[in-house]
Amino acid sequence: MQILQILIDGFAISSLYGLGAIGFTLIFGVSGVLNLSHGAIMVTAAVIAWAVADSFHTGPYLGALIGVAAAVATAFATYLLVVRPIQTSPRIPREEKEIFVLTGTLLWGIMLQEAIAYLFTSNPKTVLPLIPGVIQILGVRTPLQEVLTAVLSWAVIGLLWVLVNRTRRGKVLLAASINPRGLTLLGFELSEIYLFVWGLYGLLAGIAGVLLGAFLGVSSDNVGTLTASAFSIVVLGGLGSVSGSLIGAYVVGYLETVTAYVVSPSIRTIPVLLLLVLVVYLRPQGLLGRR
Amino acid sequence: MSIVPIPGKQAGLLALAVAAAVPFATLPHTAHAADPIKIGVIAEVSSISGAAIPQAAKLAADEINAAGGVNGRKIEIVEYDDHNSAADAVRAFQRAASQDHVSAVIASYVSEVVLALEPWSGRLKLPMITPGAASDVISHRVHDDYDHLKYTFHGYLASTFLADSVCDGLKDIGVKDLHMKSAVVMSEDAAWTLPLDTEYLKCLPKIGIKVLDHIRLSPDTTDFTPIFNKIEGEKPDVIVTGISHVGVQPTVQWHDQQVPIPMIGISSQATTSTFYKDTNGATEGVIYQTVSAPDVAVTPKMIPFTDAFVKKYGVTPAYCGYTAYDEVYFIADAIKRANSTDADKLVASLEKTSWLGTIGKYEFYGRDSEFTHAMKVSPEFVSGLLVQWQNGKQVTVWPTSIANGKIKFPAFIKLPGT
Repeated sequence: MQILQILIDGFAISSLYGLGAIGFTLIFGVSGVLNLSHGAIMVTAAVIAWAVADSFHTGPYLGALIGVAAAVATAFATYLLVVRPIQTSPRIPREEKEIFVLTGTLLWGIMLQEAIAYLFTSNPKTVLPLIPGVIQILGVRTPLQEVLTAVLSWAVIGLLWVLVNRTRRGKVLLAASINPRGLTLLGFELSEIYLFVWGLYGLLAGIAGVLLGAFLGVSSDNVGTLTASAFSIVVLGGLGSVSGSLIGAYVVGYLETVTAYVVSPSIRTIPVLLLLVLVVYLRPQGLLGRR
Repeated sequence: MSIVPIPGKQAGLLALAVAAAVPFATLPHTAHAADPIKIGVIAEVSSISGAAIPQAAKLAADEINAAGGVNGRKIEIVEYDDHNSAADAVRAFQRAASQDHVSAVIASYVSEVVLALEPWSGRLKLPMITPGAASDVISHRVHDDYDHLKYTFHGYLASTFLADSVCDGLKDIGVKDLHMKSAVVMSEDAAWTLPLDTEYLKCLPKIGIKVLDHIRLSPDTTDFTPIFNKIEGEKPDVIVTGISHVGVQPTVQWHDQQVPIPMIGISSQATTSTFYKDTNGATEGVIYQTVSAPDVAVTPKMIPFTDAFVKKYGVTPAYCGYTAYDEVYFIADAIKRANSTDADKLVASLEKTSWLGTIGKYEFYGRDSEFTHAMKVSPEFVSGLLVQWQNGKQVTVWPTSIANGKIKFPAFIKLPGT
């Protein structure tokens, strides 16, 4: 029975981790940016969804949509106010730009975190479940919201796959991640592609944030952990590799769940961190890294 | 330590500088009759419980000032945000003493923070009262080192008394009414729950409840499913809680996963009305111990304070709002009786406190008690209530003599024998 419980819970949380990390890795793959305000953008989505549904009695669906929209807006703001000014600044030497972007997004994430804590307190918020209630899966009582979390995560990941592999727009994204210079030679505007990918990223992080808010609840205190967890997953899977990130998400999700059930919930994240150290030692490019 | 010889001329200059500085350094800050009496308030203002502390303190100060102040002097609240960090709190405390010259400090609802401030209260001889921390160690330290630490007062129930209060309530409503026989104790890992859990493990068997397991969860936990899963497997009749830093997530997950076991105990966040909003109503059915509830007049001061607080801030005060409000009043009263803000005189005066506040009568245990400077706990002074969230309202369900409603649980709860 416990094995079944671990399988179900692990699957739901891993799917959510996958969705959260996939946007993080996409941004890195396409534009070379490690966005350390990732967790803050996810939390923004969840807290706005909660606040809207709560204050304006919009019901869970409209609240969730506005939460996702807030994440898209925040992602654009991250790119336009923080990342692009650093990338285009002539006063920052080229070789230092990456570190400036890292620091800039980290500080931006802290600003968002503090703003959320100031406006909505640091107490955790839970987004209204899109479907309340529970069902029995082979005798394991499972909240419908948990099932929905897994289903929606995979639906969105599937749509992203279709977008990247089956549409012209998506192929441009792929091309940008492989050879941006070549793409500009073909007459594509890179800044437009970056804007598109940041919008797409906001959508993915927003959906992940709202689902997490409804599944487990989030607070502004979770910002750092969420960024760190996305970071661990993509390092494990291989920076910039979407399928690597998905595998990474399942390894992390199941390792955490098994630890929480079999050993103790208090040390849930420790085996993952140990694994990460091992990966950095033995296979620094990650499971499916291209390096 | 090395002693560096100082050449003659420099030594002269140094002596001059020291001579010039000494009068400023040693000159006591002299208060004039018209100066306001400053009370420092240190709390984490971005948390619900923490925010209630300065809010309630300011409300009390406004009322005292509107009534003419203390011996003709106004009360001024000086606020500091400690971001739930002991280091920030210590810096704020030092600033309160040396720069802002406050006469007393009301500090934090977090035991770890208060325990870090306690030695500073002694070193800087600045009276401090906590409106919400619970660890027994706060008053035990005063008992063990009275001469140095007598400046600290424990203005909220010590953890041992909190556990006893939960057991007293459970004896009536749990054992007698609901025929509960077994429990799992679920507490967050923090300083305040160490004595709480020790007492739970002692008092629960005494009232006829067998403790099947004792779980201490990390305050960082976000997914409580494995914990509830384990508890459910042990089939207890009740989960006895000790949670304060966590609250929303375990409550929502308990509800969403329809864990069929009632939760009764300390759940600090549940004491404020925003908890219903924060949990989207998942707190329905949760029973928490408190000393104050918005629906019962434990004293004639309780409802007027709650109403004034709601009018000003839009939410009911968290538990430490009631105590912080009362503390401003009895600090003012102690200053009035001592006719001084001198620390030692103020401590002596605070020790003689007998103040009817919103939650009962405040008096402190003396040097002989192991709980020196902790609040006296008994029906005559301050004692506990059990309150249940019912249809979005906080309804007092115990003691039966003042209860406003009967216990009712959501449909997913399975009670013993049903």
